[in-house]
Amino acid sequence: MSAVPAGLKYTRDHEWLREEADGTLTLGITDHAQRQLGELVFVELPEVGSVLAAGQGCVVVESVKAASDVFVPVAGSVVAVNEALEQDPGRINTSPYGDGWLLRLQPASAAQDLLDAAAYQQLLDTTA
Amino acid sequence: MPKRTPLFERHVEAGGQMVPFGGWEMPLHYGSQIEEHHQVRRHAGIFDVSHMTVLDVGGPDALHWLRRLLANDVARLVAGQALYSCMLNEAGGVIDDLIVYRRAEDAPTPYRLVANAATRDKNLAWMQAARAGLDVRIEARDELLMLAVQGPQACGLALPLLPAALREPAAALKPFHAVESADAFIGRTGYTGEDGWEVLLPVETGRAFWDAALAAGIAPCGLGARDTLRLEAGMNLYGQDMDEEHSPLVSGLGWTVAWEPDARAFIGREALERERMAGPASMLSGIVLEGRGIMRHGQKVGTEAGDGLITSGGFSPTIGRSIGLARVPIGASGACEVEIRGVRQAARLCRPPFVRRGRVLLS
Repeated sequence: MSAVPAGLKYTRDHEWLREEADGTLTLGITDHAQRQLGELVFVELPEVGSVLAAGQGCVVVESVKAASDVFVPVAGSVVAVNEALEQDPGRINTSPYGDGWLLRLQPASAAQDLLDAAAYQQLLDTTA
Repeated sequence: MPKRTPLFERHVEAGGQMVPFGGWEMPLHYGSQIEEHHQVRRHAGIFDVSHMTVLDVGGPDALHWLRRLLANDVARLVAGQALYSCMLNEAGGVIDDLIVYRRAEDAPTPYRLVANAATRDKNLAWMQAARAGLDVRIEARDELLMLAVQGPQACGLALPLLPAALREPAAALKPFHAVESADAFIGRTGYTGEDGWEVLLPVETGRAFWDAALAAGIAPCGLGARDTLRLEAGMNLYGQDMDEEHSPLVSGLGWTVAWEPDARAFIGREALERERMAGPASMLSGIVLEGRGIMRHGQKVGTEAGDGLITSGGFSPTIGRSIGLARVPIGASGACEVEIRGVRQAARLCRPPFVRRGRVLLS
């Protein structure tokens, strides 16, 4: 079991968010999520410029087992997507908090109800 | 409580992720099912398939009974030969698919059947009912380990691991033939589209074979790779591509039905003959997704001849895109569409297999 990185924010749906210096948010799925999904074979990313509502499905990740939606926890517009995932979706498995990031968002409002690393770890511990 | 094969501890030690499957706890993968898939296509892999149901069949009426029980005709077999067949209900639906081996003349029973795991109880109940009034003995060989070594290098690497007396005859086996000695049974069969053997051994020698195979560089492979390999090879999975609601004629298995001789009254024959006369309404076809995305079981397929369903779908590691099997109206061919998560995507019907002996067969 790898550690939950400090300094990121987490959702109960096993996504992570990182606040960048320019005020944008980077979104990905957690190590726990990629383990549950299994090896990823396809990622469907939104268009750059898409405007997303909080709670909207924004990315589809398909593993050898099943397809899952990734929900954006905060409203905003997509300023970048990780295009490398189109050729190599396995980056999400090997580096969920690094090379396996999904997209970058310009938030329209402050994110709410996010967990810090300790609270997310606690969630994992209680649902394991 | 799910059952465990005698290799359970080995699987866990090798990093196997154990999952429930047909009443058993089996390895899904040992880290990467895609890598395991490639190992079998390019080199060699070993699968623990001890969960499968192995039945030895004998008694004076064994041949008569099997010719009534199975849609393929066991009378066609010579000693050492195997046959793939469906076992049908009266309506022609598939109760299970299995392999029958005609064993050597000096074997304790003349026949050995290998059927699925999840269907075990209903199979045995059906077989008992069909045995009424006949002198047939059925013995479940649950104490045997069954291991499949598959891949272009599998037989070469596994040959030195076989009992000495069987090495030469095993190396000479043609596809769908088997050889055995007192405590080992080797068939040139499999579920991957690659060369290989399926080996039945007692527990202790089976464990030793597993250990030696891994030491020889044969990769342990789980159910995940088994599924993508069989799908690329165009082989049906019971419960998805065939079931009790569908006959072999609409499941791509018409070739396994032995119509001759006319007089052989196998269970389901009348229903199949009616269906054949009327013309089957549907068929099982291969399907390839043109773009990116993954087809899954149960998704709707639109063709020029009408709608159908994906029965098996997934990602093909060898081809690098999504392939599947689909039940579509008879006569459907060429371009079609699959509804994936509410979006219709371009696909194309084709003839399976998709991959065989390491070669991509898609045009």
